[in-house]
Amino acid sequence: MTDLVAALRTTRGIVTLVLLVLLAVLPLLTQAFDQRYLLSIGTRVLIWAIAAVSLNLILGYGGMVSFGHAVFFGTGGYAVGILAHHGIASGWIQWPVAIAASALWALVVGALSLRTRGLYFIMITLAFAQLLYYVGVGLEAYGADDGLNIGRSRFAGLIDLRDKASFYWLCLALLCATLWFCSRFANSRFGLVIRGAKSNELRMAALGFPVFRYRLAAFTISGAFGGLSGILMANEGAYISPAMMSWVKSGDLIVIVVLGGMGTLFGPLYGTIAFFLLEESLKPLLDLLRKGWGEYWQIVFGPMLVLIALYARGGIDSLMGRSRG
Amino acid sequence: MAEPLLSTDRLIKRFGGLVATDTVSIDVRPGEIHALIGPNGAGKTTLVSQLTGYLRPDSGTIRFAGRDITRLPMHARVRLGLARSFQITSVLREFTALDNVALAVQAHAGHSFRFLADARRDESLLGPARQGLADVGLAARADTPAAILSHGEQRQLEIAMALAGDPRLLLLDEPMAGMGAEESQRMIGFLRDLKSKRAMLLIEHDMDAVFQLADRITVLVYGRAIASGTPAEIRADPDVRQAYLGEEAA
Amino acid sequence: MDYLLLQVLNGVQLGLLMFLLAAGLTLTFGIMDLVNLAHGSLYMMGAYIAWTFVGWTDSFVLGALLALPATFLLGVVVEMVVARRLYARDHLDQVLATFGLILFFNELVRVIWGPAGKSLAVPAFLNRTVEILPGVPYPAYRFAIIVVGAVVAVLLAWLVARTRLGMLIRAGASNRRMIGALGVDIELLFTLVFGLGAVFAGLAGLMAAPITSVKIGMGDDILILAFVIIVIGGIGSIKGAFVAAMLVGQIDIVGRAFLPDFLKTFLSSAAASSAAPAISQVLVYVVMAGVLVWRPTGLFGQRA
Repeated sequence: MTDLVAALRTTRGIVTLVLLVLLAVLPLLTQAFDQRYLLSIGTRVLIWAIAAVSLNLILGYGGMVSFGHAVFFGTGGYAVGILAHHGIASGWIQWPVAIAASALWALVVGALSLRTRGLYFIMITLAFAQLLYYVGVGLEAYGADDGLNIGRSRFAGLIDLRDKASFYWLCLALLCATLWFCSRFANSRFGLVIRGAKSNELRMAALGFPVFRYRLAAFTISGAFGGLSGILMANEGAYISPAMMSWVKSGDLIVIVVLGGMGTLFGPLYGTIAFFLLEESLKPLLDLLRKGWGEYWQIVFGPMLVLIALYARGGIDSLMGRSRG
Repeated sequence: MAEPLLSTDRLIKRFGGLVATDTVSIDVRPGEIHALIGPNGAGKTTLVSQLTGYLRPDSGTIRFAGRDITRLPMHARVRLGLARSFQITSVLREFTALDNVALAVQAHAGHSFRFLADARRDESLLGPARQGLADVGLAARADTPAAILSHGEQRQLEIAMALAGDPRLLLLDEPMAGMGAEESQRMIGFLRDLKSKRAMLLIEHDMDAVFQLADRITVLVYGRAIASGTPAEIRADPDVRQAYLGEEAA
Repeated sequence: MDYLLLQVLNGVQLGLLMFLLAAGLTLTFGIMDLVNLAHGSLYMMGAYIAWTFVGWTDSFVLGALLALPATFLLGVVVEMVVARRLYARDHLDQVLATFGLILFFNELVRVIWGPAGKSLAVPAFLNRTVEILPGVPYPAYRFAIIVVGAVVAVLLAWLVARTRLGMLIRAGASNRRMIGALGVDIELLFTLVFGLGAVFAGLAGLMAAPITSVKIGMGDDILILAFVIIVIGGIGSIKGAFVAAMLVGQIDIVGRAFLPDFLKTFLSSAAASSAAPAISQVLVYVVMAGVLVWRPTGLFGQRA
């Protein structure tokens, strides 16, 4: 508790508190000003933030540059979608299955890829994501390229996911739960092993840690949380398609984590908000310069990424001073 | 004579055409310091790498505490009590000195699949870690990030990390490398005090240190152990004088 | 039998195209330690630039010959403006920055050439078939790709094995500091190698254009395949890239050609023909996973 009070006295604490309060009341604001579009963007921000936090567990804390994290949008989403397609609408069945499927896929990919290093690791994670992407493309029964419209998960009597505001708050609650886990993880025995292995893998092995096992566990946990974001994504649009796991989305997730601040608790959330803000503001800004230019926002965004990579490694989080530990 | 704690039997390691370890059989007995010396490129680091499990020998066996560990991975050997320090300082630079040693303690405190409890407040880790730092004279630097410790302090930290698991045998790969005369002397004193409690295999260039500390010395040249014996025997060995000590001893 | 031969040749042709792309990638990674995701953008730019030049000159060959120096220049500019700042950085920075370049180039193409794809016609003199064996016709254009690809592969092998530049390249692949010590202008060497990679990528792109059509993002999927190839072959190894490219070419084409018939034995015809390309893609990744489990640094990679 004293920790919390102390944390709230820092810039980071104030910014985060304001941000969380704003996120919590967003549905009320969008309703008051009749901006439903904003609520749907807000929901997507929360879903992406969960995915980004899950990637940060391995990329930020563990130094594992996984270039295939969007695949978990797919594993989570398709598990829900396929079950829904076959008439199993209950979220109580869909969600655990989807999370288990995502964790299992992460376990398999991790077991094969964590034996490699450097570029090999980056590329093998990308390749496994592509593999599932093409499986999705080839699944004629589930819409192949075009994807599939699905019914939303049902939690009878508890929550109606078709209600936009309820769904938004559910996403927010799950994001908070994910962040809570991450905050505990970061300084737990397990988290310290993962962070130590990022700093100096050989040293950790020489201390007696079977690094591979810990990394594999972290990869699997990360996949499970990634799967959660996939579940939410499928429910957000009531739709699944291979495009959910396109490699560009994996790239976007890396961008978000780096932009927000790798290996920091709230960095992924900052990064997601900044990413969506950039996208939504670059378009009208360019349109202001000349009508129609907004469509080409990535011509500005691309070079911005280059600059971020070259000059802004600490990410947004570092703007608020050094973080603890 | 006591049963050796660590022994190798006709260890061979080749890199392409080069025989880096050529049929080496050495042993370390409980409570002794066995020093491994030899000119640069003699294969000392290659030999140590096989003992720690970083490299796998092409043939031969390694036994530790009565077990064949030739095929055990690195972390499993450490668990058995075979700890090492690195030739090039190897600490977790982003972590504080205390965190470094606490992780070393943690490595020997059962599995680390604990996800929620705050390890940085865990007295069962921090207590022994503080003690370990105090033992090597780093108590005052506990909260300093390892990256900004002086070179000598980092070497001390390495030793504290290696000792954290209460190992039966320490492999010290040039612990005095890059140290000033005063720091070296302090380290020699520290290792001598340690000797009663654990066996050590010492790889070192500093001949003063070796002859002060070692009970036995093995000389490695081109991957072969050309001589082995007490410091006095090694000093007197004509092969060694010719092949290695040269004018230095003359 | 003839059908099989034709498909194998198609696989060789695809493999050679991908080898051109992979060769540049493996050189830039082996020598400059750069993960260049934007390599596929150079492939795309090569195709678009060629499309423009072919329009101006009204000749495929002339347009292609003009496009090659243009992609070289483009490569040099990319190297000098962005890539050289990334050599000393870690892989994550490189991935991020070159990912940004992909977005930039895809959008740039949309601005300059518009969102619709372009088609580039097969040049008239190659718009026929040649008899590769008595009674076995093969499209002349595809055959020309095989010839050009093979010539470039041989040239590259000669360049790396026999010339001073190649010696420097090989030295760089094993010891980058040494080149500096030799007194070679290392910056110039890196720029040249990057430009050379760009030319190969551009050549692959413009040769593929009449077969696949010229469109935004055309370099992205094939880039991932090219990475798969250098990972299978072993990063930094030209020989590995060649062997793996041939392997991947065969898997892809043979999969596409023969899987539908095989799948039709237990799937509906429509389902079989839509699943087959996806499955042959999946096969490529399965092969890569298999190779990496067996040899974590690829077939011809240096052991870590």
